[in-house]
Amino acid sequence: MPILDVYLLEALINGVLLGGVLALISLGLNLVFGVIDVVWICYAELIMFGMYGMYFLYSVFHWPILAAAALCIVGVGALGVLLHVIVIAPLLGAAPINQLLATGGVLFFLQSAATVMFGIEFRNLGLRLPVLKAAGMFISYSRLLAFGAALIGMVAVYLFLRRTYTGAAIRAIAQDRQIMTLMGVDSRRIYVVTSALGGALAGLASCLLVLLYDVHPFVGLTFGPITFLICVLGGLGNFVGGAVAAFVFAELISLGGLYLDLEWGYVFAFVFFIVMMFVRPEGLMARRS
Amino acid sequence: MKRSVAVCAGAGLVALPFVYHQPYPLHILIVILIWSFAYTSWSMMGRFGLVSLGHGGFMGIGAYVTALAWNHGGVSPWFGIPVALVAGGVLAVLVAYPCFRFRITGHYFALVTLALSGIVLQVITATRDHTGGSLGYTPTRYQGGSSLYALQFTGKTTWYLIALSVWAAGLYAWHRVDRSMTRYALEAISEDEDGAAAAGVHVTAEKLKITVLSAMMTALAGALYCQYQMFISPDTVSGISISLQMVFAVVVGGIYVSLGPTVGAVITILLAEVLRISFGTRAVGWDNLVYGVLLVLFIVFLPKGILGSLLGLRRRAAPAAPPRAQTGAA
Repeated sequence: MPILDVYLLEALINGVLLGGVLALISLGLNLVFGVIDVVWICYAELIMFGMYGMYFLYSVFHWPILAAAALCIVGVGALGVLLHVIVIAPLLGAAPINQLLATGGVLFFLQSAATVMFGIEFRNLGLRLPVLKAAGMFISYSRLLAFGAALIGMVAVYLFLRRTYTGAAIRAIAQDRQIMTLMGVDSRRIYVVTSALGGALAGLASCLLVLLYDVHPFVGLTFGPITFLICVLGGLGNFVGGAVAAFVFAELISLGGLYLDLEWGYVFAFVFFIVMMFVRPEGLMARRS
Repeated sequence: MKRSVAVCAGAGLVALPFVYHQPYPLHILIVILIWSFAYTSWSMMGRFGLVSLGHGGFMGIGAYVTALAWNHGGVSPWFGIPVALVAGGVLAVLVAYPCFRFRITGHYFALVTLALSGIVLQVITATRDHTGGSLGYTPTRYQGGSSLYALQFTGKTTWYLIALSVWAAGLYAWHRVDRSMTRYALEAISEDEDGAAAAGVHVTAEKLKITVLSAMMTALAGALYCQYQMFISPDTVSGISISLQMVFAVVVGGIYVSLGPTVGAVITILLAEVLRISFGTRAVGWDNLVYGVLLVLFIVFLPKGILGSLLGLRRRAAPAAPPRAQTGAA
């Protein structure tokens, strides 16, 4: 068997494409994590709601797909703000672990709200995108599209953080929480903006994931945990590190899936995470609680 | 006075199945006792600010090792359960020792342990040729149904007494820790690790001790659940949702009091059952909906939990008793 056969190449490419989407998902979480210092355990459930939004707007109400996507991004962004104002803001002074547990409660709430409202059927857009055949490999356009849109989203966020005043304030707060309030930055306003941005990124991710996966109330559990691990592995508030970690994880999952089973890919990724936490704890984490 | 109340309550609980033996209420009681024991196991370390989201993993190990040893090796649960406990303990050391050694605390610890429960869930699903994967797994029935050797009983009364004694043993372990020097060491650690270390507390060893104890107790709860229900699946005994369920029930009941996890189990299981009976299949999802809202409300308004807050009120009403310091993070 040649070292670089066509299946391996296909798995590698699919890994890169998955990595782009994972990087986008973890970017939103990383932003919230780095700026507000809160872990939104329910982040993947926000994405799940966005996916349902896409399904209903596009498949049931027959909106044009771009309008549906725009409304989903705005809607999930609003959900992010609500989450912050209702749950996180009253707990900002509490122990970090309490905030994590409270968003765990929101996770239960969102999952079961989806079960109650939409039922447990698997739904999909019913959108059949063609498959690209090149050199004996099969790569679906939906993955390519998701990858491209994820890249555009990441560049947009990067420019926002680098080129605008609010973006500079967000980065400054991520670096030093105490000093920035003394410098006249209203941290509460920045937290709300960050939550909106984090939610909007979840909304964008939901528009892309709905092309790849069926929606059901527990879909969040399939990619939620991996997202937290990517953020921690990449380093808190370190957006570049998060993107690198996302690609590493995606390749592990993709190659594990090629040689064994998809589940083993996840096992390798989790084990890799735990080992890396021990091997390079200070290099991988910008700050510790 | 307090001791006599406990003895009377205990005697009442032991006598219950002989006086009253409706199968359904007894079944609910057994389930409550098993989960109370699991939640108590979690709170052994959770009360010291060591919030683990990996206990779903330990529970899954306990259940699956016991069942696999019985089905594939013909090993009686009397040997299988100790093996499962050791497996859970070893796994706890493998993950927790480096965590404590490299001082991974707070929500980093929670996330590392979250990865652990993810690993156990995925391994169970991936080895579906042996474990049945997500379809679940059933220990083989011993011929004749009930057998002490196979630890399989058809009578609910026997199971009730087993679950009751394990639950009582869990409470006993809780009180032993509560009265030991370990408790003071761990409370000091949860307040300030450097300070505790400077005062001569062996931080890593103390944390590791309580983690291994907690993990082994959780594995026992998993094994017990498996032997009683005779059916396990990755989603009912392992994984992230079970881990979160443990944390949630303990927080609702009260994390700092010995009966808090039990109160949490009673509330959550009764809530689910009442909703299920009164609304049938239309209730699917509603129990978790209520749980989720309650969890958020409790963490915001009642971080000591129901029982903890009630006891706090009573203590305030009787100023003679010295207030106990509530330390650590809930």
